[in-house]
Amino acid sequence: MKYQIRQSKADTVFGVINAALLGFVILIVLYPLVFILSASFSDPVAVMSGRVWLWPISPTLKGYSAVFSNNSIVASYINSIIYTVAGTLVNVCVTIMAAYPLSRKELYGRNVFMFLFSFTMLFSGGMIPSYLLVRGLKLIDTRWALIIPVALGVWDLIITRTYLQSNIPQELYEAAEIDGAGDFRVLVQIVLPLSTPILAVITLFYAIRHWNSYFDALLYLKSMRLFPLQLTLRNILILNTVDLSMLTDVEEIAQRQGIAELLKYSLIVVASAPVLLIYPFVQKYFIKGIMIGSLKG
Amino acid sequence: MGVMPIHTQGIQITPKVMNCIFTGVGDHVILKLYNIYEKRLCMRLVTRLHLNGNRTSKQKHDAPKTAGFMRYVKKHPVLYCLLIVPLLYLIVFKYVPMYGLIISFMDFNPVDGFLGSKWIGFENFARFFSSPVFNRLIVNTVGISVYQLLAGFPIPIILALSINETKQKWARKSAQMITYAPHFISTVVMVGILNQMLSPHNGVANKLVELLGFPAVNFMGKPEYFKSIFVWSGIWQNMGYSSIIYIAALTSIDPGIQEAAVVDGASKIKRIFYIDLPGIMPTAIILLIVNAGQIMNVGFEKAYLMQNPMNMRTSEIISTYVYQVGLRNGDFGYSTAVGLFNSIVNLVLMLTVNKIAGKTSETSLF
Repeated sequence: MKYQIRQSKADTVFGVINAALLGFVILIVLYPLVFILSASFSDPVAVMSGRVWLWPISPTLKGYSAVFSNNSIVASYINSIIYTVAGTLVNVCVTIMAAYPLSRKELYGRNVFMFLFSFTMLFSGGMIPSYLLVRGLKLIDTRWALIIPVALGVWDLIITRTYLQSNIPQELYEAAEIDGAGDFRVLVQIVLPLSTPILAVITLFYAIRHWNSYFDALLYLKSMRLFPLQLTLRNILILNTVDLSMLTDVEEIAQRQGIAELLKYSLIVVASAPVLLIYPFVQKYFIKGIMIGSLKG
Repeated sequence: MGVMPIHTQGIQITPKVMNCIFTGVGDHVILKLYNIYEKRLCMRLVTRLHLNGNRTSKQKHDAPKTAGFMRYVKKHPVLYCLLIVPLLYLIVFKYVPMYGLIISFMDFNPVDGFLGSKWIGFENFARFFSSPVFNRLIVNTVGISVYQLLAGFPIPIILALSINETKQKWARKSAQMITYAPHFISTVVMVGILNQMLSPHNGVANKLVELLGFPAVNFMGKPEYFKSIFVWSGIWQNMGYSSIIYIAALTSIDPGIQEAAVVDGASKIKRIFYIDLPGIMPTAIILLIVNAGQIMNVGFEKAYLMQNPMNMRTSEIISTYVYQVGLRNGDFGYSTAVGLFNSIVNLVLMLTVNKIAGKTSETSLF
């Protein structure tokens, strides 16, 4: 038999107000997302005249066909995939190379090393010296400029190291040593398989950062053919430089402008889709990452 | 046997290994393994540990002092080898730029380089402090930060409390999933969405304004709206994500306390104020320290994208100024000085706030 304390009137009222508040927040968060999605599927004329406010009006795929027939968008989309995959690969490797030794008690002077890494979170050379350095290394206007200068995130290093320290017991290293495994074999055969959760976390963190970043590209890249998607997005969404002549299959000027406007909505959807689609499936990893990060605090 | 691991010559002998020794299999295993111990030494260790379980730190120093750093490297060469690449990265891409800060004391000319440029002491800084934009930059930067701090700090807490009070699991899960989502939208897309929705020609916001009978407003072009748009779009984007940590703190509060309060007849509101809020206070203080230390550090990327010639009066902040002057106009020395000034203020703020928090509430970051 289960007894329950009867809810007081005040608590019922509170529950209703709370539900209303949460519902309101959800609506506010959802509305812009739904609006953009609807607009991207709507008729260009309806978008131009502002008749779309919640659901698509006379749905078409014109916006998407404009996006995918635009060469600079497709090229930069491919570039972004390259930067994200290659960059993340480098990031994860370098992070492990740093986090594993720094998590081992046997590493003499690890506190000194750790301080050297952490200090860069508090103080840094800043934009201009970094730019001059990248220029001095002749990386300007190469794909490497988006990968090497951000090869390691100190925060990601710290959470990885924290995870390794708190999840891999010292006894395991000793047992491995007794069995004759060297430090490298321990890393590959024991530490890495045991730390898949944190590897997932940092892979996601890094990948999203690569996918979403535009500023390094703005600083270091000059040729259009190297531009990542976010920089092309900036040119179209913010600087309003849609090349109307690219929309060849449309004749009238008004139609073209409508398509150019519609293209922005479709482009927003196409650019955010990869991240927002995988996000629900990996949400728990993000939360895990934040929790490990907060352990230090 | 509840003892701490002992360190001897860089090798750790933990209770597990000790057990091996006690059960008799240990001696020769350890001898074979480490190759440097005599049985006698091992046994001495065992007895010493047995007699005086806590002498861990003392034993560490029993290692001969003559052999230096290289001895550790020889023992675990792989660990040091792995660390070479990250350290190289750290030195080249983090510490070399710090060295590069010296150009803020130079009349830096890229052609002459670091060695050929003329030293001018604090002239760049003096130029910045006396420049007509100085006041405006500080006011804008600090203004946006303080606004962001005041508006952005309580909202994730309220959201977390609200989600925590929602008892239906499906509602809680979907609320979390939806509110976290905007965090993953890129800055460019975020500003793009703002441009589209606030556009004076066909944006939804202006449809609403016109519906209410007012003329359309060019929100993005009005200097007086810049701060609010900047801050509230940031809150829209990040409130869910920032609430994660508070939700975690709330779930770690002992449910027994809640139950006791219910039995004692405390209402939900009372429980929030007397149990939940004190429970998440340490987390909140830490986050407040972190945020307060960032007051001079407004997100460059978004501010730069939201800037246009019409709203420059309020949208120009220190970091966008550095970019403009340094990389657009090529005034490297001066802009580095401005950036250095900003970094130093940040560092000092961070350390000060941390110290104050540590003194007053015993919660601090370092």
